[in-house]
Amino acid sequence: MTVQGTILNGGAASGPTLVLTEPVSFWGAFDPRTGKIVDTHHPQQGTALGGSILLLPETRGSGGTPGGIAEAIRRGTGPLGIILITPDINLAVGAQVAAALYGRPCPVIAVSEEDYHALVKCERLSIGADGSISA
Amino acid sequence: MDLDIEDRALLAGEQGPAMKLAMEIVVQAGRIMGAERLVPVSFAHIDACFYNGQAHIDFAEYCLKHGAQFAVPAWGNNGVVSLTHPQLYEGHPDTEMVDGARKLLGLYEALGCKPTWTCAPYHIPGGPKFGDQIVAGESNAVSFYNSVTGARTNKYGDYLDVACGLVGKAPFAGLHTDEGRKAELHLATDRIPDAWKREDIFYHLLGHHVGRLAGRRVPVVSGLGVKPSEDNLKAVSTAVASSGGVELWHGVGATPEAPVLDAVFGGGGRFEMTADDLRAAQQALTTGRDGPLDVVALGTPHFSASEFRDVLSLLDGRKVRPGLRFIITTSRFVMGYLDSKGWSQALRQAGVEIVGDICSYYAPGINPMKGRVMTNAAKWAYYAPGMLPVEVCFGSLKECVESAVKGEVWRDPGLWSALQ
Repeated sequence: MTVQGTILNGGAASGPTLVLTEPVSFWGAFDPRTGKIVDTHHPQQGTALGGSILLLPETRGSGGTPGGIAEAIRRGTGPLGIILITPDINLAVGAQVAAALYGRPCPVIAVSEEDYHALVKCERLSIGADGSISA
Repeated sequence: MDLDIEDRALLAGEQGPAMKLAMEIVVQAGRIMGAERLVPVSFAHIDACFYNGQAHIDFAEYCLKHGAQFAVPAWGNNGVVSLTHPQLYEGHPDTEMVDGARKLLGLYEALGCKPTWTCAPYHIPGGPKFGDQIVAGESNAVSFYNSVTGARTNKYGDYLDVACGLVGKAPFAGLHTDEGRKAELHLATDRIPDAWKREDIFYHLLGHHVGRLAGRRVPVVSGLGVKPSEDNLKAVSTAVASSGGVELWHGVGATPEAPVLDAVFGGGGRFEMTADDLRAAQQALTTGRDGPLDVVALGTPHFSASEFRDVLSLLDGRKVRPGLRFIITTSRFVMGYLDSKGWSQALRQAGVEIVGDICSYYAPGINPMKGRVMTNAAKWAYYAPGMLPVEVCFGSLKECVESAVKGEVWRDPGLWSALQ
């Protein structure tokens, strides 16, 4: 299957999927040094996001998100690409800055709710530079 | 997006790669927000000076190295470390963090950021005025500037705040526009007695309740009756932005865009505040049981001069109980004012510790802060239990000061009974 998403931050990536069941904040609830979720209230506390195509419905809005995601991409502990439903400026800006500073693209793509529910069932996904996502 | 010749020149790299990146960030954000054009801004409150790893430093260094400078007056949010109190970090084990946080503040100052290092920039004269288009990122500053000052900003996250400040423009969307500033729900407070609206605690609890109710929508509160002080409005602005994601609230007769309800509210959900809502908010902000206290922590956001005056008046010459830590965080600007009035010395002699530049729930230098802590700040009570090994007792300013003197949580017997 292939679906077309909206590019929030451009780039190509492919890898195994990791699905977050609840929104996460990338400041305070996520440790860029390890790439792990550290929020004790999050059901997936301890899960490492590194090397994945990350799927999450939305983030918990935090102005610290760009720094959290950029630092994780710098350290190589961050996801390879991110797919979400609710467009998120903070994730897009963090990934954009990391790409400019470190030359490591991390595409951030918004998809419809229907497409999202199809994508979470896939074990691997590839994101194209044109915003297409294929299993 | 409709870009003018200067915007396109920046995108083409005519002012170097840092200004090009800044413009690309603003344009990408504008595209996601659905903005058709950019709007010139006259001021920026910068949040990216709050250290969050090496990427923060790399970004600021990249801007500096390539000759970027703020196009508008830019004032800095508080830092992760205090420059007014370097002694707090002697022997601190995490030298990478301490050095990084200090370096970052220096980099932003070199980029042209005024070293205000405060989350309450609105206490400093010379800032934005009613109707100004501005940029801010810290949640309480966004909420205060929008609601109390009547300036216009969305909540800009890290790097986007800097990018807008460098370019001097922001995407024209959301709270920058007239339509984006209309209230979507209405809370009436007429059933709360006027006497309670003279209590400072009312505004923190009201804000907590409204934030819960509104989520990310714009609320309007009516029936405030007694004219709230600026400190009261600051309390509401802060609490709505921690229990909820509110970036603008209106108070009928209390905030500048809402002289009457009709000015901001054209329909939507209507709610009535009850005494039970206030009790529920008090409970939600209290995780500890009353008893002997380890710390009283005030100043989230940074204390104003008038709040310090209130503390001095409540202390009334008495001293803080030995062994108890009474800490108040504030800006270096307000610290200068306290010095000029002789208040710093009076507070120090009473046993009050005043710290500049930082916040006390995310401040590695103030740790270890642990045990039973009392505060009058809804934001502190909301976040600290998740970040520090503390239990929180929430109270009025009078209860906090009285408890600091007694060394244990003291409850004002007349406060809650007046709500019957």
